[in-house]
Amino acid sequence: MKLLLKGARVIDPSQKMDTQMDILVEEGKISSCGTSIKAPPGAQVINLVNMIAVPGLIDMHVHLREPGLEYKETIATGSAAAVAGGFTSIACMPNTEPVHDNRSITEFVLRKAAEANLARVYPIGAISVGSEGKQMTEFWDLKEAGVIALSDDGKPVMDAALMRRAMEYAGSLDLPVIQHCEDINLSAGGLMNEGYWSTITGLPGIPSIAEEAIVGRDVLIAEYTQTRIHIAHASTAGSVRLIRDAKMRGLKVTAETAPHYFTLTDECLQDYDTSYKVNPPLRSAADVAAIKEGLTDGTIDAIASDHAPHARTDKEVEFAYAANGISGLETSLGLSLNLVHDGILTWEKLINAMSCNPARILNLNKGTLKKGSDADITVIDPEQGWTVDVKTFVSRGKNSPFSGRKMKGRAVMTIVAGDIKYDGRA
Amino acid sequence: MKLAKKDILGIQEMTVDEINLILETAESFLEISTREIKKVPTLRGKSIINLFYEASTRTRTSFEIAGKRLSADTINISASTSSVVKGETLIDTARNLEAMNPDIIVLRHSAAGAPHLLASLVRQSIINAGDGAHEHPSQALLDMMTIREKKGRLAGLKVAIIGDILHSRVARSNIYGLSKMGAQVVVAGPATMMPRNIEQMGIKACTKLEDAITDADVVMMLRIQLEREKQNIFPSLREYARHYCLNRRNIKLAKPDAIVMHPGPMNRGVEISPDVADDPACSVILDQVNNGVAVRMALLYLLSGGNE
Repeated sequence: MKLLLKGARVIDPSQKMDTQMDILVEEGKISSCGTSIKAPPGAQVINLVNMIAVPGLIDMHVHLREPGLEYKETIATGSAAAVAGGFTSIACMPNTEPVHDNRSITEFVLRKAAEANLARVYPIGAISVGSEGKQMTEFWDLKEAGVIALSDDGKPVMDAALMRRAMEYAGSLDLPVIQHCEDINLSAGGLMNEGYWSTITGLPGIPSIAEEAIVGRDVLIAEYTQTRIHIAHASTAGSVRLIRDAKMRGLKVTAETAPHYFTLTDECLQDYDTSYKVNPPLRSAADVAAIKEGLTDGTIDAIASDHAPHARTDKEVEFAYAANGISGLETSLGLSLNLVHDGILTWEKLINAMSCNPARILNLNKGTLKKGSDADITVIDPEQGWTVDVKTFVSRGKNSPFSGRKMKGRAVMTIVAGDIKYDGRA
Repeated sequence: MKLAKKDILGIQEMTVDEINLILETAESFLEISTREIKKVPTLRGKSIINLFYEASTRTRTSFEIAGKRLSADTINISASTSSVVKGETLIDTARNLEAMNPDIIVLRHSAAGAPHLLASLVRQSIINAGDGAHEHPSQALLDMMTIREKKGRLAGLKVAIIGDILHSRVARSNIYGLSKMGAQVVVAGPATMMPRNIEQMGIKACTKLEDAITDADVVMMLRIQLEREKQNIFPSLREYARHYCLNRRNIKLAKPDAIVMHPGPMNRGVEISPDVADDPACSVILDQVNNGVAVRMALLYLLSGGNE
């Protein structure tokens, strides 16, 4: 199968490329990029004038819920949501039921992903058995089975000694360790960010220091052991400062944030709308400003949706009992494009944050349109106006506070290994 | 004037006119409770469900008596929150109750925001009888009624609220109400019991009881929840009582004609000494209870379309 994409503005930060050109795809690979490429016999020619073609977007933090919680999402529905949102690759967290802490689950996830045959699915294995924070999983075996990173996401690794050992052992295997930073003693019982708005709502607060205490601790461990740490869903000004300082000292610290942390504040919680309930919680306006600064100056490497699909029954309850999370795969790019519209990020930085950097952090040979690389391409219509409507979500999770929000720009075509997995052109 | 509200969820969203209307209506109802036959036919044929997910004697009884004095049929449902977690959801309970066509549902719930959820789902009027640490509007209204009864006004008064402000819905509702009515509110308690950024609510906050009650017209003591000791909110009841108990000695700092209030139930000797609590010269604690029935009668009446 041959594909000739004609006339798109091609933005590929991996090659410092931002020009209008054609891309020829042959046998699932990029065979050439250039001006006025002639269509070889049998090639499908697609006119992409006024469109932007970028290295396939990678969402390095999603929850696919399978095995065990298929009523929320499956690997098939989650990968369908991924390609509909413009993502060619996703990395899925291990907090399934059972927890993904052994290779039989890795094999299961990869088999289901292959059956779905939509986005590439990269499994993240648990750091500890059952994510209980006690006994290390078999990192080596997990890696051989196809796990690309380790995390107990949803829970932090509270035991500093276990974290140290995990980072050392994983470091020797070049497996990234991803920490959900939350000191559970500081956050105990909390339901929203601690601040003026928790005082108003009377909801128990989660202080910013609950996140920052673990960011700080893990930066110290990374420095002491000379290993890598990746900070998941950074949400506070203090976290940004700690990560920036660590990077300035040359430590191997990387970080991601999620679109809701640069879009929404804790003021949104004033009506107890559970669609805004996430963990870490929505923070103050000052935190949101710091997250944007961190994206602009590169302190925060990646934007990941923390796609957390839930069923209505998980959210249509009292705020205290509602599940945390936003179904984010289908709004992540639209919300992130606002950063470009608002001058927070250049296109180059946006594509770095949503493709090149996640690939680098996860050691994936992705995030590039270089000749010979896998033809994973996302085509974006930067001008298309649309309105978020959860009823049209491909994901089973319709839990989004962004429903009804007006957006500008969306993915119109998602190509994985040269196959068009999603075509949403008007 | 008519109360143009479907629900009473909090004082935060009430106007000064609405508060005045409720207080004046309550004052006119006071007399009913002094009659030999304490019943008027005003709400005959109306049904009121008291749905209490949290233990309460005073508030539930007060709402029940208020309904009965107005001839409404009152039904009490006590449910434990644990049964919510494992069994029927609040939403299903609400829809089932809605299908039985009551007129008003009075909800007490340990989760802040639960009455808002209920109000968004059912067509009946909802009265928040206390939701988590959020609001307890009928308590603040009866407190304001009592202050006005004793002081003749609310504007310009200094009101000190002492205790666990962090976990107190009574404090929040009173802060909104008293501030709207022109009183000056000062809160005091250990720093561990002070909500973050509380001053942004337009009030003063301090950590010493003495600083707060000096020259106060009203001293409102909050109940200390004994189980908070285990959460390291304070070291011991002994230490708390030594520094935050209102007693004969420190009350002298307040104005000579200051009144003392408590939403109950009291921990005698912890946040309030018995000789202050029982002193008829300053304690208005039982007047609060009496006014509570009148305020709840007013809320039930006004939400049923009274004053149309």
